[in-house]
Amino acid sequence: MDHTSPLEKLIRAALLAIVIIFFMFPIAWIVLMSFQTNESILRIPPSLIFTPTIENYVALITGEMRTAAGSLKLDFMRNLWNSVLLSSASVAVSLLLGVPAAYAFARFKFRLGEDIAFTLLSFRFAPPLLVLLPLSLYFKTLGLTNTYIGLIWVYQLICLPLILWIVRGYFEDLSPDIEHAHRIAGYNWFQTFWKIAIPLALPGIAAAGLLAFIFAWNNFVFALVLASADKQPVTVGALAFVTASGIQYGQIAAAIIFSIIPTFVLAMFAQRYLVEGLSLGAVKG
Amino acid sequence: MAELVISNVDKIYRPRRKKPVHAVKDLNLSVNSGEIVALLGSSGCGKTSTLRMIAGFEDVSNGSITLDGKAIHTLPPSKRGVAMAFEAYSLYPPLTIGDNIAFALKSSSLPTVEQQTRVKAMAEMLDIGGILNRYPSSVSGGQQQRASLGRALVRDAGLYLLDEPMGQLEPQLRAILRGRIKAYLRQHNCTTILVTHDQTEANALADRIAVMEGGILQQYATPADLKARPANLFTGTFVGEPPMNVFPAEVTATTKSVAFRIGERTSLTYPRSDFSSEVVQALSSIKKLAIGIRPYALHVGKGPIAGQVVACQWLGDQTHVAIEVEGRTVVSVAHERIKEKPGSSLALEVSASDLHLFDAENGNAIAHGGQLA
Repeated sequence: MDHTSPLEKLIRAALLAIVIIFFMFPIAWIVLMSFQTNESILRIPPSLIFTPTIENYVALITGEMRTAAGSLKLDFMRNLWNSVLLSSASVAVSLLLGVPAAYAFARFKFRLGEDIAFTLLSFRFAPPLLVLLPLSLYFKTLGLTNTYIGLIWVYQLICLPLILWIVRGYFEDLSPDIEHAHRIAGYNWFQTFWKIAIPLALPGIAAAGLLAFIFAWNNFVFALVLASADKQPVTVGALAFVTASGIQYGQIAAAIIFSIIPTFVLAMFAQRYLVEGLSLGAVKG
Repeated sequence: MAELVISNVDKIYRPRRKKPVHAVKDLNLSVNSGEIVALLGSSGCGKTSTLRMIAGFEDVSNGSITLDGKAIHTLPPSKRGVAMAFEAYSLYPPLTIGDNIAFALKSSSLPTVEQQTRVKAMAEMLDIGGILNRYPSSVSGGQQQRASLGRALVRDAGLYLLDEPMGQLEPQLRAILRGRIKAYLRQHNCTTILVTHDQTEANALADRIAVMEGGILQQYATPADLKARPANLFTGTFVGEPPMNVFPAEVTATTKSVAFRIGERTSLTYPRSDFSSEVVQALSSIKKLAIGIRPYALHVGKGPIAGQVVACQWLGDQTHVAIEVEGRTVVSVAHERIKEKPGSSLALEVSASDLHLFDAENGNAIAHGGQLA
């Protein structure tokens, strides 16, 4: 029951408002920036009043960037597509490998099991630059430099440990007896895994997949070193806005808006899913 | 229905970086076709481990389990033809109670109409007919437990394993369901193993009871035999409510009488004819003797045992009298109402035919009621 006094409610609302403003301000500012020209962005003092323009978006979509020094070619839409492709393929591969592995680590005790799980987690400890140098040499030899397969492979360093550990925890929370009850009814372990364990752990799998997607999407250094322009994601592609004639703030802002959209949509979808999964009582034994 | 034979089965758990736990030691047990057997014991005695080995959720460390002559301990659970009701219910949260009960039938070749009839009949028997469309998370623990029981019993299986099947039910309902379930198991000639720590449940449902402690099968006998002829001190004191009174004793046998000295002031003397000659002979070689007397056999009134009343509890149909005798508290049960003030003196007697004699060193029974154990 709610027993808060009006004053408490007021304070709570004020604090919430401050937090929301604090977190939303940069995003709101970027939205505003994306509808302004570079000149109006760089005005001093900055002002909320300006004539909106969709020039930045047009430039990104058509791939023609007009700067003070002249017109420049840029391939932002391709970067965006690369990001979508790399992130979703990496997460898909990670789910395919990570979910069964997580189930194995959660349900079966085997020799060196804990050590293997920890080794996989430790991939997240090392700074990416530490692995990048030797990796780029190997990639050259193997012919994987500047290929989607090579990048998706490297992205497993980001996605796999995350999915493995989150989903493992989820499987461990599920009572094994629910699966036992299914197995004893005449189903083999794979049917049980597929029909019982996966559906019950789906909220956890969705959360892990979403997080892995965001991490993969935001990755910068792997693609910077291992791929050239035509395979690079938005994070690296945005470097193109730092031009000889200055930084194109308006277009950077528009590019950010574009690159937020896929993760944002995914998060909204997954959030609804998570709430549904939990309210069904799926995690209660 | 099938016959189950467990031969020389061991279960050793080997947790990482910890000492191995020997949960079940050299277990031999056979269950006849259509028989209901209860595994009775306190927590951690190995009864649930045994059940899970039969179901196939735990590996057998040693030994074999056969069902109808076929070795099943190497088969996956799905191939064993065994049904099980779980202590923690383990219903599938996304399915309704009705679908949960029907789940195992769906993989069978039964026609859908027949499946529905069976589920309905099972739900009626277990008094959960009204909640078939509800989800497990929205019904009570007792209802979930009955659904879990129904899910196991509705199947056609060679063997039914019930792990604490009525632990969550209200006492009134428990007695009624015990009756219905026993009738159902009998009618369908179900070979059943029931794990419980509730003696009443074991006595009421089972044809034979296997008492386990410390991973070892202590005794496997009918409920009546367990009470009348406990194989050792553990079963003697574990089975029966209130528990058996135990006294350390010294025995002196003459040509006319047999006398048991319990404590400083008390001695029980019986004519030698009350004991068979084998018993007297066996007693002569025992160094430390323990006498067990059931509370129902310890009669208040006159007799050689003197004690002080600690408390009298009238339960409506019987009185439990706690009495201090030779520094230990014993319990006597009388069917009439006894009102004695705490501290007042009382005399107790016990006939030779109600004495259980144990070797106190290894706990093994020597004699029951004057005859060799």
